[in-house]
Amino acid sequence: MTDKNIVPMIINGENHDITVYGRETLLTILRDQLGLTGTKRGCNQGVCGACTIIVDGVAVRGCLSLAALCEDADIFTVEGLTEDRVLSPIQEAFAEKGAVQCGFCTSGMLLAVNALLERNPEPTIEEIKEGISGNLCRCSGYRKIIDAVLEAARLRKMEGVTS
Amino acid sequence: MNKITPEIVGGVGDSPNKVELKKKLLGQAKYIDDLYRPNMLHGAILASPHAHAKIISYDVEAARSLPGVKCVIPGDDFGDDFMGPFIKDEGAIAKGKVRYIGEPVCAVAATTKKIAKTALGMIEVEYEILAPVLSMGDAIAEDTPIIHEGLEGYTKIFDCISYDNVMSETKLSEGDVDYAWADCDLIVENVYETQAQNHMPIETCGALAEEDGNGRIELWSANQSVFRVQANVCETLGLPMSKLRCLTPSIGAGFGNKMEAHVQPIVVKLAMETGLPVKIVLSREEDFEMIRARHPFRIWIKTGVKNDGSFVARDVDILMDGGAFSDDSPGVLGYSVLCSRGPYRIPNMRSFGRVVYTNHLRFAAFRGFGNPQVNFASEAQIDEIANKLGMDPIEIRQKNAIEAGDTWFGGQIIESSGLKECLEKAKLASNWDAKRNNTKGDRNHKRRGLGVAVCGHISGLLGTGAIIRLLEDGTVALNTGATDIGQGSDTVLSQMAAEALKVPLENISLAQPDTDGSPFNWGTTASRVTYTTGRAVVGAAKEVEVQVKKAASQMLECSEEDLELVPGGKVGLKGAPGHEVSFFDISKFTHWGVGGPIVGSHTLVYDNPSIDPKRAVASGTPFSNIGAYAFNATIVEVEVDERTGNCEVLEVWSATDVGRAINPALVEGQLEGGFVQGLGYALFEEMIWDNGRLANPNLMDYKVPGSMDVPYDIHSIIVEHPEPDGPFGAKGVGEVSIVAVPGSIANAILNATDAKMRKLPMSSERIFNALKAKGA
Repeated sequence: MTDKNIVPMIINGENHDITVYGRETLLTILRDQLGLTGTKRGCNQGVCGACTIIVDGVAVRGCLSLAALCEDADIFTVEGLTEDRVLSPIQEAFAEKGAVQCGFCTSGMLLAVNALLERNPEPTIEEIKEGISGNLCRCSGYRKIIDAVLEAARLRKMEGVTS
Repeated sequence: MNKITPEIVGGVGDSPNKVELKKKLLGQAKYIDDLYRPNMLHGAILASPHAHAKIISYDVEAARSLPGVKCVIPGDDFGDDFMGPFIKDEGAIAKGKVRYIGEPVCAVAATTKKIAKTALGMIEVEYEILAPVLSMGDAIAEDTPIIHEGLEGYTKIFDCISYDNVMSETKLSEGDVDYAWADCDLIVENVYETQAQNHMPIETCGALAEEDGNGRIELWSANQSVFRVQANVCETLGLPMSKLRCLTPSIGAGFGNKMEAHVQPIVVKLAMETGLPVKIVLSREEDFEMIRARHPFRIWIKTGVKNDGSFVARDVDILMDGGAFSDDSPGVLGYSVLCSRGPYRIPNMRSFGRVVYTNHLRFAAFRGFGNPQVNFASEAQIDEIANKLGMDPIEIRQKNAIEAGDTWFGGQIIESSGLKECLEKAKLASNWDAKRNNTKGDRNHKRRGLGVAVCGHISGLLGTGAIIRLLEDGTVALNTGATDIGQGSDTVLSQMAAEALKVPLENISLAQPDTDGSPFNWGTTASRVTYTTGRAVVGAAKEVEVQVKKAASQMLECSEEDLELVPGGKVGLKGAPGHEVSFFDISKFTHWGVGGPIVGSHTLVYDNPSIDPKRAVASGTPFSNIGAYAFNATIVEVEVDERTGNCEVLEVWSATDVGRAINPALVEGQLEGGFVQGLGYALFEEMIWDNGRLANPNLMDYKVPGSMDVPYDIHSIIVEHPEPDGPFGAKGVGEVSIVAVPGSIANAILNATDAKMRKLPMSSERIFNALKAKGA
């Protein structure tokens, strides 16, 4: 890895040529270079999950992902979850079930749930607990988040969301 | 819960979405690290590597000459002004001496974060190492090193008893304890110990300051009170308060961590030196090592009872680790002394407490404020007493539970108490009798148990205010200065304004706290915003009501007494539907015609005394007026693996008397969240020091509860015994939910296994050892 690389990526559906220095992480690129501050830095160590983003369909830690290795990657952040600021079914469900307190874990949680429901559209409570186990929330007791995921699954099924 | 259709959409008793919800869901809410300024510098802080040392000299020349570095400020270049909510013992940065590993020593501002961090590595500080004080016991030992040589001369804001390494000593008593032991049929005496817990809001501490060219500074920071930020910065930097404007972005939770100063004084100093905007956001490790945590306690407690279960006497001795600076410690001590009797009637009661300086980071306010520690001791001991008497734990609590009209320890009259109803409802919901008597688990080596603990906790204190303006179009602007740290006060206060003025919630706008324009608000702490700021909102709304009625009486040519507010933002003639004017027309009338724009305001300071000198003897008490009491009964069901000591919480019933639930969904959020933070505290969270150095300052080594560690079945039971002076009867609910958690889990483990847990956290290892000791 040289010191400076131009790395093409698709971020929230748009093509970007990103200038990456050394071992900069995707989290740093998203927040500091692109101003996509919806993705949060909670521990910078891969534990809290606040920086969860979706890379090629998989929920990953932005703080552990080396940007230089993301050539041609398809990346989604919270800013790409919706179009025209209309809430997605998952966001609607988080609203309906009161699953947001301080909101700092919310972006990462939404993307973890998105990835979970993509691979398992009708998860049980135990499967939901496992699916969000890499995302810490210090405000809630997780119950309202789990309720939101159950509701999101229902809404997605109703709306026929398949992808 | 029955869903009642409210008269006002989004009014009191409704659970509308949080007012700021959508921007959080879209990732558009801006927290401190999301704020940038043109030409903004990045700050960094050099931390002390020593627990206790004299600073001999600094060499900062190499760091200053690094390209991109704009300023390097050693501690010596700061002034000699001190801050502290109770004892003024702390500067903006270490000066002359360091008192814990992680304490700020030098500050740097540079064009990038990387350059700022590199510069830190080029600073040389020469220290003369002193013997450290690394435990509470060492702090009060003979011939121990003194941590604050200047303690006697520090400014104290209350009648503080301090000496040697003792920063504060509090005593409180009622009745005659020494005489009362003779009346007791059973006396039980134990020692309980608790650990340091990190607040660990997912957002770390940070601040961004900018001088405006006119000598005025604008400061944004992660905070729980812009007014405490302003006071702390101005005190430590010697600035007039009129020179500093403090504002708040969205806050990624606090739990007490962001109530007093963190990096704000240093960031302001860097901005003043450079004339450029400067931001510092701490890393997780820095936040762990530099800021603050929950106090470790050692509690000796002796309780005497009659054979029928009535409590006769109790004697308590509390020793607390306060860390290197006093911060909120004297307050936490005073409050833990007040809470050491629990929500019970005990006629003879004596409590003595000391909080001592050590070379740990400062311990301070954390959800519960000293109550969870003493509550654990009290509630665990009560179950040992109940077992000895052959009494049911709920029965013994019901027998002694405080009721409306009783007094709290110290003499404050309790105006409302739903404690007995909380116990009853949690008992019923948990199927208590059947489950208590069957401790069989689903495997041979597993045992199940049910445990209960109860508590009272204040809805607190001090000063607050609210301003309500009617805008030109008749919608409403509310301004309170209260920081919403995620719990939902922006929503709750808006709901109260909507209800009081009978306008839909969507017609209320809420100003974010700003020391230039908001009325004073002590802070988002002590479960106080709903209760005290809510009272200010209701008072301001009443004033607006008077003014709109006055205008309407002129417009409708009738007497003000014949008018009433009509839902939808109107004033109408009583008993004559249709004879009404809208807030829109009233506002037009007053803005451009008669009377002037409508502004209502109300301020108050909580003034109900905590100590009645006719009942109690007190010394060294930091608070005169502490607040109204809310109550909780928590029942948990656990399963203990006798082979490993692992304790799993299976189900929870948390019943809370909140006075009146302004927003039931947000109340549930507090009950569930408080329980889970308490579960982490009870079972595994622990900050561990190795020779003065925090050994686990990161989330790999310091575990907080994740989704797999907690039960889904946390049942929130809302009980409503209105507080006479509460807004719509409401009391606070932010802390009451965490207090009884350790005691309830300890008592469930006792029920399951007969193991007596007297030390937190109740880790698998400790439970396993207690199981082994039981056989011995």
